Amino acid sequence: MGKPDLFAYDFMINAFIAGGIVAVMAAIVGFFLVMREQTFAGHALSHIGFAGATGSVLLGASPMSGMILITLCGGATIGALGEKVSGRDVAIGMVLSIALGFGILFLHFYTAYATQINTLLFGNILGVSYSMLWTLASLAIISLTLLSIVSRPLIFVSLQPELAEAKGVSSKFMGIIFLTIVAFATSGCIQIVGVLFVFTLMIGPAAAAQQISTRLLSGISLAVLFALSETWGGLALSYLTNWPSSFWIATLSGSVYLISLTTKYFLNHK
Amino acid sequence: MDVISFNDVNITLSKRPILSRLSFDIKENRFIGLLGPNGSGKTTLFKTILGLVTPDTGTVSIFGLPAKKGNPIIGYIPQFRTTAYNLRLCGWDYIASAVNGHKFGLPLINAITHQEIAHFINLVQATNLAHRPLSSLSGGERQRLLLAQALIGKPSLLLLDEPLTNLDPGNQQSMISLIREIQQELGITVLLSAHELNPLLPVMDEVLYLGHGQAVLGQVNEVINSAILSKLYGSKIEVVQVNNQIFVMSENINIEHNAHQHGEA
Repeated sequence: MGKPDLFAYDFMINAFIAGGIVAVMAAIVGFFLVMREQTFAGHALSHIGFAGATGSVLLGASPMSGMILITLCGGATIGALGEKVSGRDVAIGMVLSIALGFGILFLHFYTAYATQINTLLFGNILGVSYSMLWTLASLAIISLTLLSIVSRPLIFVSLQPELAEAKGVSSKFMGIIFLTIVAFATSGCIQIVGVLFVFTLMIGPAAAAQQISTRLLSGISLAVLFALSETWGGLALSYLTNWPSSFWIATLSGSVYLISLTTKYFLNHK
Repeated sequence: MDVISFNDVNITLSKRPILSRLSFDIKENRFIGLLGPNGSGKTTLFKTILGLVTPDTGTVSIFGLPAKKGNPIIGYIPQFRTTAYNLRLCGWDYIASAVNGHKFGLPLINAITHQEIAHFINLVQATNLAHRPLSSLSGGERQRLLLAQALIGKPSLLLLDEPLTNLDPGNQQSMISLIREIQQELGITVLLSAHELNPLLPVMDEVLYLGHGQAVLGQVNEVINSAILSKLYGSKIEVVQVNNQIFVMSENINIEHNAHQHGEA
């Protein structure tokens, strides 16, 4: 009866490791995105990443390298524009549409590689190679190290921008550094859940944690816990049902967020 | 020594003269009310003291030294515009984020700093508020936490930019007497900007009145009179006193009641 054990295949083990690495990175970086109310910027970066990935495939390079390069440029640009782009949802939306358009155009020229689009848009957690594991681990180490170096001034400037400015913290500089960190995290997320689902890993767990927790450190830990259980739970469910893992991860992420809203309601009315 | 000393200061922002030939000296251990019409440069004055705005000409000294960014001798409550007040984050973590917030590293707090934060939260009678989410606090409760935060690091000068805006009269009163109590207990100088004069009357040592780029510093009765204010407003001003309340009138209209707008220079 039934299937062999969940961990009987190497690709499944790789998927769990890759999912774990990306979940931790996305949850922590995403916590700051939600706190800074920059979730849409994160969404835009993933779409820009799509154009970078397809463009670099067209040039004969790996999709990951193009993705990292262009999201870094995009992140630094949005950060440098600073307050000029906050609240400019339409402008960011237009830029990400154009980026998607270019992504499609690059794929059109590189017709031989048509399956690439599916992988980029919807993720391919089951196709993670051994070398990709190392790439993802490097992305996580770079982004989390950078984040821990700047975390104190970043929290200060996010929560109290006027006071931070008075104490000599440059909100523009912190904004640029932070969005480059987001760029690394986004590139990792795209590999796991794809361009269209980055929100589920980066924003969902962090937003749910901030609905429940009133403390900074426990909030971040809770976000990591949510992201890990959503990713691994999604993988297991995908294995059991043969349905796409991105579907399960998105559904779990949405459910946890919904439960967090209900929990908050009861916490506020107890 | 003078706490704040402005000497012939000129400031122009986007080609608009904000402060012209401003000179005044504020002595130690005073509670000063900073008043003046919208756009008279109250916030710019704060930013100059904080070293965020550099005068075109003239000098600004804080305890005898030139004004500089990140001066640890100054505690500051900015006029808030942040959206952080929608967060479920508790007041304690919000306050703690400012401690050493300009230094790189992880936001960890040692036992001594922890004690200092607890001490000042207790001093503003906010111990019970500190663990509630920011989103559940009233304006007055948040201001008390911000006051605790401004006191961390033991500054000798407190700059409070419109701390009474959006508070009801009862909360205004208790906030002001709390600030006065702390000012006297710690022996520090407070410069507090406000739209309304009357709530400050019982606690102010002196008033600094801004208008038309000029400023006059002195006792309330020396400054709040028809001659001085007419000069600062550039139009005929009458000052009427009823039951220990002072009303500043321009052609029979109470000026302060038309000044409850935000976003001044």
